[in-house]
This record gives sequence, C-alpha cells and structure tokens, in this order.
Amino acid sequence: MPRSEEIIPKIKRQQIMSMLAKGERLDGRRLDEYRPISIELGVVEKAEGSAMVRLGNTISIAGVKVELGKPYPDTPDEGAFIVNAEFLPLASPTFEPGPPDESAIEVARVVDRGIRSSGAIDLKKLCILPGEKVWVVYIDVYVLNHDGNMMDASGLATIAALLIAKMPKVAVKEGKVTILDEWVPLPVVNRPVPVTMAKIGEKIVVDPSLDEELVMDCRITVTIDESDRICAVQKGIGGSLTVDDVKYASKLAVEKAKEIRKALPPLPSIEDVEWIVKEGQ
Amino acid sequence: MLSQLVRKVERPPRLIDEEGRRADGRKVDELRRIKIEVGVLKNADGSCYLEQGRNKIMAAVYGPRELHPRHLAMPDRAILRCRYHMVPFSVLERKSPAPTRREIELSKVIREALEPAIFLEYFPRTTIDVFIEVIQADGGTRCAGITAAAVALADAGIPMRDLVAAIAVGKVEGQLVLDPMDLEDRYGEADMPVAMMPSLGKITLLQADGLMTLEEFEKALELAMRGIKEIYNKQKEALREKYLAIKREVEVT
Repeated sequence: MPRSEEIIPKIKRQQIMSMLAKGERLDGRRLDEYRPISIELGVVEKAEGSAMVRLGNTISIAGVKVELGKPYPDTPDEGAFIVNAEFLPLASPTFEPGPPDESAIEVARVVDRGIRSSGAIDLKKLCILPGEKVWVVYIDVYVLNHDGNMMDASGLATIAALLIAKMPKVAVKEGKVTILDEWVPLPVVNRPVPVTMAKIGEKIVVDPSLDEELVMDCRITVTIDESDRICAVQKGIGGSLTVDDVKYASKLAVEKAKEIRKALPPLPSIEDVEWIVKEGQ
Repeated sequence: MLSQLVRKVERPPRLIDEEGRRADGRKVDELRRIKIEVGVLKNADGSCYLEQGRNKIMAAVYGPRELHPRHLAMPDRAILRCRYHMVPFSVLERKSPAPTRREIELSKVIREALEPAIFLEYFPRTTIDVFIEVIQADGGTRCAGITAAAVALADAGIPMRDLVAAIAVGKVEGQLVLDPMDLEDRYGEADMPVAMMPSLGKITLLQADGLMTLEEFEKALELAMRGIKEIYNKQKEALREKYLAIKREVEVT
C-alpha cells in the first residue's frame, strides 16, 4: 500500500468536497472533463514502438519490443503479448524501488485485459510456425510522474505505442526462420481506451487528480473498444458503488472514450501487409 | 469417496443447447449447487468451507490480532490483509505454488471487496487476516472465495455492516449465463465477477473482461444481483445452522 503514506491536509479535503457539492473541481474542470492529454509518439527510437502520455502532470511512458518465442500450449497458432507496469521511485516520494507492488500489477493487468478482450492485436498474424515459433510482444509501461490516474495514462501510452510499432518481416524456409531487414506495422486492429472515474461523496468525476484520489471513496475503470463495447471493467480501492453509479459510469465511459480516441494515432493500414514470407513451398 | 478424475476440458459442440440447457444441465440463470460449512478449522478465529459446483474453497480468518511488523499498524483502525492462493493441484496443469500476478491482483480486489463491510475502526492498531485457499478451481473462484471469506469473517465474530456475496456472470454463445464454470469461462465471450453487500445494495467488487455492449452490461448486472441474493440466503442459512447445531447439542445434554 504505497499510497497510504501520501497525506492530504484536512482543509484541502474539505475544499474538494465543498466545491464538488457545487459541481466544481479544485483545478477548475467540469466533473466529466479530462486534464489536457498529450501523446508524444516514437520517443524511443530503439524501441519497436513507444509513446509518452501526459495527463496533466501524470506522465507514463510505454515501450514495445518484439522477440521470437514459443507459443502458449493452449494457443499454438497465436503470438503472445505481455504487459508489465512499474511505478518508478522517481515518480513520487511515496514510491520505493523494488519489484512491482500490487497496485502496479493491477494497472498492468487491467491494461492487458483491455488489449486482450478487444482483440487489439491480431495474434494469429504473429504465428510463424504453429506450436513452435511465434512473435512475443513485450509491452513495458513506466510511470514517470504520479499526479493521479496512472491507469488511463498507462493504458493510453500502451495503445499509442502499439499503434505505431514496427516489426521485422520473417522468412520461413524448410522450417528455418530468418529475420529480414524489412519493417512492417504490428497488426493492431482495435483501439481500446480506458476511462477511470472516482466516486467522491455522491459525485462521480472522470480522470481523478492525485488530490482527488486521496479523498475518493471508490474508483472504477471502464475500458471501451472502437465499436463502443465494454472490454474491461475494474472497481478499484475499497469503498462501494451503487448499481446506478455503475450504469452512469459505463455510459460516461463510452462517451469519453470516443472523445479521447481522437487523440490517438489511426489504426495502421495492414490490408496488404505480409508478416511472414514462406519460401520454397 | 473418490470422484471421477477430470483429465481435460474439451469444448462440446454447443455450450447451450436448443432448450437453453448448459453443458452441465443448468438453465442460463441457474447457480451451481452450493454447500457452505461454517467453523471447519479449529485454530482459526473464523472459517468456512465452500463448494460451488466443482469449486472447493477453504477460507480462514485470524484476528483482530497484533500486527507485525508494527509500523504497518494504523492508529485509528484495523488493517485488513488478504491472501488468495490456489494450491498447485487445484487445476489441470500444475500451478506453481508461488503467487502469480493474477493471485496478487485477486488478493487486492478481494481485500477491497471485503473492506467496506467491516467495522475496521473498532479495532485500532490490529490486523484482520483473511486467507483463501482454492483447493479445486472450476471457474468463479474469486467470487466463491469472497462468499466464503465473508462467512468466515462473520464466524470470527467480526462486526460487519453486511455480508458480502459474490457471483460471476458470463456471456456464452451470445447469451448471458449466471455462475459460469471453467468450461464456459474458457470458451465464452465475456466474464464479469460482481460482489455486493446485498442488504445495502452496494457493489464492492466489479471486474469484467471480454466484450459486452452497454445493454448487455446492464443486463449482466441485474442477473448478477439475482444470483447474489440467492447466495446471500445460503450464507445466512449456513451461519444460522452452526448455532442451531450448538443449540441442539446443548438441549440434548
């Protein structure tokens, strides 16, 4: 519980609560308004794909690397992907070095669920030799500055990095795989967008800032795919929600996701792309 | 009694037949058979053994008790710690006994599902520890774990606002199904675990994966609430039965 050490002055708490009662927020936003979002693409040239997302003062950077590997036994004809998230100690006075704690694991797994459920990566296209060789996509997300809502910053950085990622073509000849010096886009076919909301008293606000997270009673993330379908839900921290809260939050998420998706790069055009060149057949 | 060994999960051609029956004969809105036993572990302050279909779950509560290391203690309330763990032989492919990322996440969301129900402020500077061991898993173990843990907490005599009951709703072949088993989870299109404090109408755990439209999502919520009510009654029945058994014993002697 790294954030339990974070302290918010009572007077600030009272101010947040009394402003919310009037439908206002400390930083002047509407209840359903995000902080300014900036997405910087390709910030790391050595990564296959990368993106730095700023959500107000929250900064998250995601990098994509692809490697050849073995498929999972239950999906022999599909590539694989792995999402890992870490809260770096330089991101907040309350973060400490060490392996990812439960909060970082939660972020990684919710981001993973959004990508997986929406089928954002066409994993069948990443299969080179069924049961033997496939591409494995490693997605690593690092939070560089924590000012609330690391979930959305990390989720957006992930999908942005995937959208612009390039991977090498391979040639297969008599069961031998050679990596070619020819680059093609990663087969990304969907853009899931996570929308995180906080319940504070009786109000629900989107994109909670750190101050708001410190006073929130409950958190909910709803991830929405390109065709307005829900592809991941996660209630976070303690506290509880009513059924009406959840229905309101899911509708709001659909609306917000549409808006935020405009800031993302478009889906790569992959109609004529070949990922694997089969020779001698 | 030795039960029949299950070697692999094969997908039947249809998961729901023309008459709306599922692979195990249930209707789409029917729960699996549930058995709840209270106070099964003598060392624990509270415990519960739960079977839900092929799921077999043991939950134990220790506390409120002194907390080590002490600096974790809160001056104004108890802390709640929770560990969800699957034993290696609980699934077909042996699972490493070390906690996986999945188990770490589930331990967190289960703790957060139980926390709102407990009057932690009654026991400052202490810890309440909840241990959930999945002895056999067949889909929906986090929900079964929460259901069992809530009963164990009540058995430990810990003051609570309400019990917490949990159930998952799945989407299989385009239809919403209550309490999906592993087979339906594996080949289904969506899975949504929900936990509630039923009398208070408060949702304390909500997760979902797979794809659902807004409309399906809302219907799934309603279906989950129906299932939760049934489970809630079973929990109360089991707790009552424990004390009725004591009463019978006392009256005989």
